[in-house]
Amino acid sequence: MEMINLTIDHKPVVVRKGATVLEAASGIGIDIPTLCYMKLEDMNIENKPGGCRVCVVEVKGRRNLAPACCTEASEGMEISTHSIRVVNARRTVVELILSDHPADCLICAKSGNCDLQDMANHLGIRKIHYQGEHSMYREDTSPAIIREINKCIMCRRCETMCNDVQTIGVLSAVNRGFQAVVSPAFEMNLDHSVCTYCGQCVAVCPTGALTEVDETGAVIRALSDPTKTVIVQTAPAVRAALGEEFGMTAGTLVTGKMVAALRRLGFDYVFDTDFAADLTILEEGTELLNRLSAFMAGDQQVKLPILTSCCPAWVKFFEHHFPELKDIPSTARSPQQMFGSIAKTYFADKIKVKRENLVVVSIMPCLAKKYESSRPEFSVNGNPDVDYALTTRELAHLINLGNIDFKSLQNEDFDAPMGESTGAGVIFGTTGGVIEAAVRTAYEIFTGKQLPRLDFEELRGMEGLRKATIDFNGTPINIGIAHGLGNARKLLEEIQAGTSEFHAIEIMSCPGGCIGGGGQPYHHGDSEILKKRQRAIYSEDQNKSIRKSHENPYITKLYEEFLGAPLSEKSHHLLHTKYFDRS
Amino acid sequence: MTISYQLKRADFIFKNQNDWEEVLSKSISRTPQELINELISSELKGRGGAGFPTGLKWKLTAEISDSTKYVICNADEGEPGTFKDREILSMVPFKVLTGMAVCGYVIGAKEGYIYLRGEYFFLLPELNKIIREFEYYCKEIKFDFTIRIFMGSGAYICGEETALFESMEGKRGEPRNKPPYPSNYGYMGKPTVINNVETLAHTYTIFKYGAKRFYDLGVQYSRGSKLFSVSGDTPKPGIYELELGMSLADFVEEFGDGDTKAVQVGGASGFLVPRKRFNETAIGFQGKLVGISLPTGGSMMLFNSSRSMFNVLDNYLEFFREESCGQCTPCRVGCQQLLKGIKAVKRGEKNTKYLDKLLRLTETMKLTAKCGLGQSVANSFSSIVENFREEMIY
Ligand SMILES: Cc1cc2nc3c(=O)[nH]c(=O)nc-3n(C[C@H](O)[C@H](O)[C@H](O)COP(=O)(O)O)c2cc1C
Ligand code: SF4
Ligand code: SF4
Ligand code: SF4
Ligand code: SF4
Ligand code: FES
Repeated sequence: MEMINLTIDHKPVVVRKGATVLEAASGIGIDIPTLCYMKLEDMNIENKPGGCRVCVVEVKGRRNLAPACCTEASEGMEISTHSIRVVNARRTVVELILSDHPADCLICAKSGNCDLQDMANHLGIRKIHYQGEHSMYREDTSPAIIREINKCIMCRRCETMCNDVQTIGVLSAVNRGFQAVVSPAFEMNLDHSVCTYCGQCVAVCPTGALTEVDETGAVIRALSDPTKTVIVQTAPAVRAALGEEFGMTAGTLVTGKMVAALRRLGFDYVFDTDFAADLTILEEGTELLNRLSAFMAGDQQVKLPILTSCCPAWVKFFEHHFPELKDIPSTARSPQQMFGSIAKTYFADKIKVKRENLVVVSIMPCLAKKYESSRPEFSVNGNPDVDYALTTRELAHLINLGNIDFKSLQNEDFDAPMGESTGAGVIFGTTGGVIEAAVRTAYEIFTGKQLPRLDFEELRGMEGLRKATIDFNGTPINIGIAHGLGNARKLLEEIQAGTSEFHAIEIMSCPGGCIGGGGQPYHHGDSEILKKRQRAIYSEDQNKSIRKSHENPYITKLYEEFLGAPLSEKSHHLLHTKYFDRS
Repeated sequence: MTISYQLKRADFIFKNQNDWEEVLSKSISRTPQELINELISSELKGRGGAGFPTGLKWKLTAEISDSTKYVICNADEGEPGTFKDREILSMVPFKVLTGMAVCGYVIGAKEGYIYLRGEYFFLLPELNKIIREFEYYCKEIKFDFTIRIFMGSGAYICGEETALFESMEGKRGEPRNKPPYPSNYGYMGKPTVINNVETLAHTYTIFKYGAKRFYDLGVQYSRGSKLFSVSGDTPKPGIYELELGMSLADFVEEFGDGDTKAVQVGGASGFLVPRKRFNETAIGFQGKLVGISLPTGGSMMLFNSSRSMFNVLDNYLEFFREESCGQCTPCRVGCQQLLKGIKAVKRGEKNTKYLDKLLRLTETMKLTAKCGLGQSVANSFSSIVENFREEMIY
């Protein structure tokens, strides 16, 4: 490898050719402030527009200052990162951003988590010398995301996520000059676009320009209404990240504390979406087996590969972009919606509460779940199966509002019957987990044999596209995994072209799967955090006594008492759905 | 210091192009190295604004080894009030095509593009016809070079070379960070020479008559002739080919209306020169002999004493605020706050010291903006505010 020698703040540095000044500096512990730049190592995600100009440094012999994030280190360079000239310029640049900013920090959803606020603080900005115009744009509210683009600083991170990573192309820079802003085409509203509500733009936005629709107020009202029974479900990925909101290190599992906190908040029953994930496996796994058996019996009409359908952003994606493939995904609803529908029928009957008086709240790592729960097909006479879908961040908010000292809570267990789950349900939270859970069950039903091992390392990892062949006792089953919609698109194009080699494919919209969801605590560009959450999920699976969905005793009971069998008429009615052409 | 250079008319650019076939075939019978040397010794500098030595640009691109390279003619001509490139393309297009083809030969490019300003759509049929004729001849002499026209989208910023590449690649026209420069990483990431229409037309003169003929015009550091678009308070607006190096006093003598109070040299991104500096300012590239660099397009706008310099600056800032691509903070927000700022001072809402703050702001913009547009706002701003401070206030 060719190496480059340079000095930064008089210290000699050696870096590989191609490294930026920013990388060279951080290698020797010199911190150059950045705002627009973002890199998610391991995921091949980089936003490097060189736009904010906060990272400028002095390069000896160069007339103007150079942006460290996108200037390649070259032989003999002499860099000053904090000269008076640099610091003054940097402060002026930040002042300029602030001069066009509403600065509503007191009431801003992002306050405390805002990179701009941090930067202003870091540079000690106490006065904005250049006052003037604020750009004004319409606020845009959709079922999941609020765009308050007066707060946009044109860092373009959302654009990178929406275009390069997700290949949706909803968000891009429009207009020129002072009016330039990132927006859907023609400054349309998000809900008129092909946005999937994956929330990856929200996950990376450094300011309050993109945030989730906040439903904590509605949940508080429900909790304080004596006529309502309020129950809650928590998605698998939440427990692996919620602790971060309370200063715990990434990857700390807080399942027991989370349950305790939810009880303190006044939920009447605290349940687990993992239970519904087990249910999903039985429905989806059976569907997979039926299609496979038909295929092997020579049925040419059968649609393979089967695609998972538990990610609502992914569902909306193929409804918009690949409507002709809408018969291929499993018809199984997502665990969130399965839970809602069973809660408002089976469970409501059990506790003798009328549907209208039962409020189902979900805690999700996801923004698309907000949209999903508002889809009309998931309501009965206008009453939705899931009333409110809060994000991990919103839950943290509620816990703080409730003055609950989260860290010192004692662990508590979920309630029965919908709180019991298996390790298979837990791993739904990470890329590769749904298909691994499905394999654990499908294998045993298909072969009639016990699995010799439960950990399918070949399905795990962080690469955007993975594949593996699992031997179903002599029948090789080809499995594909994609996370990030750009990767999903590649697999779908293969299916369209008839060249797909897979029998089953798992697709998750968010990089990393739900652990990297748009509703999770902000990662601020540190992909290490996602990896730690992933490890936490697998360790929860390891620690479960039951690790296969079909062995969940409460699921067995649910089928006996209520549903009959997977894919029964009742299951079809309550646990399956159909897709729409939205192209 | 008084500069003694005089205004001299020149007449090369629009002179006949009928011998283009001969110039082309003669040129490509020489070695690329000879041609580069010819250009270098002519000391031709780019006429698109930045004034980069053309011979060196070709040389640097020729030295990169890559099987795909491009030659691009920048005909985006977006500076308000200038239309010299349009005149060249309608009167002597073969000179430009020949310049492109010779460049292709020198650097090893087989494809050329003309990035034509959207408003010049009407030139398209005629240009396409001429290109067919040109390509036909190239085929005949077994010289492999094609030229295509790319229509611009009407944004001023797309004239900036890297924004132009982005726009040709189907992306939003936004300047890239430099380095890397086009000679390494240009259109489609390939080594690219991009030259202004006029620059290419001058190479024709140089290849036809030899470097000396060109070098003998002008003064040290600023060789050759140049087209100027003269506008504003002048009895004879229009396009003139003049030798470089004339003093502004002579220029005003020739083109002024007798009451010239200032001249804006180089359009919105250029400098305003007040009457008291006419004598000490020459028009040419920065160097020892001359006081001021010659920026974009050769636009020369004269103002007489009836003009308010506040309005002039206000117009320029308005222009920048609208035409900035908006991607980098200093320029997107800076232009707006400068505009707002001078209005506030004029209205008495801010005291006059605020002007000094704004001057410092333009200095920061010069240091931190991503491209030439944001970097050059300081030129007109400081030259107008420093020379006509009272007009900014009262
Ligand atoms: C904002 C901006 C606008 C520009 N517009 C033009 C233009 O319209 N035509 C042009 O030839 N060069 C323009 N340039 C200069 C080009 O970037 C580039 O330097 C030039 O095309 C190189 O050709 P030359 O070396 O022959 O001058 C512009 C530069 C900037 C910063
Ligand atoms: S986006 Fe950040 S800086 Fe802006 S108002 Fe919100 S918290 Fe404050
Ligand atoms: S939610 Fe996803 S699809 Fe929608 S704008 Fe954001 S990144 Fe794009
Ligand atoms: S909306 Fe947010 S992420 Fe997108 S460009 Fe603006 S500040 Fe950056
Ligand atoms: S200086 Fe202005 S025109 Fe140039 S990149 Fe920045 S915003 Fe765009
Ligand atoms: S962080 Fe380098 S330009 Fe924004």
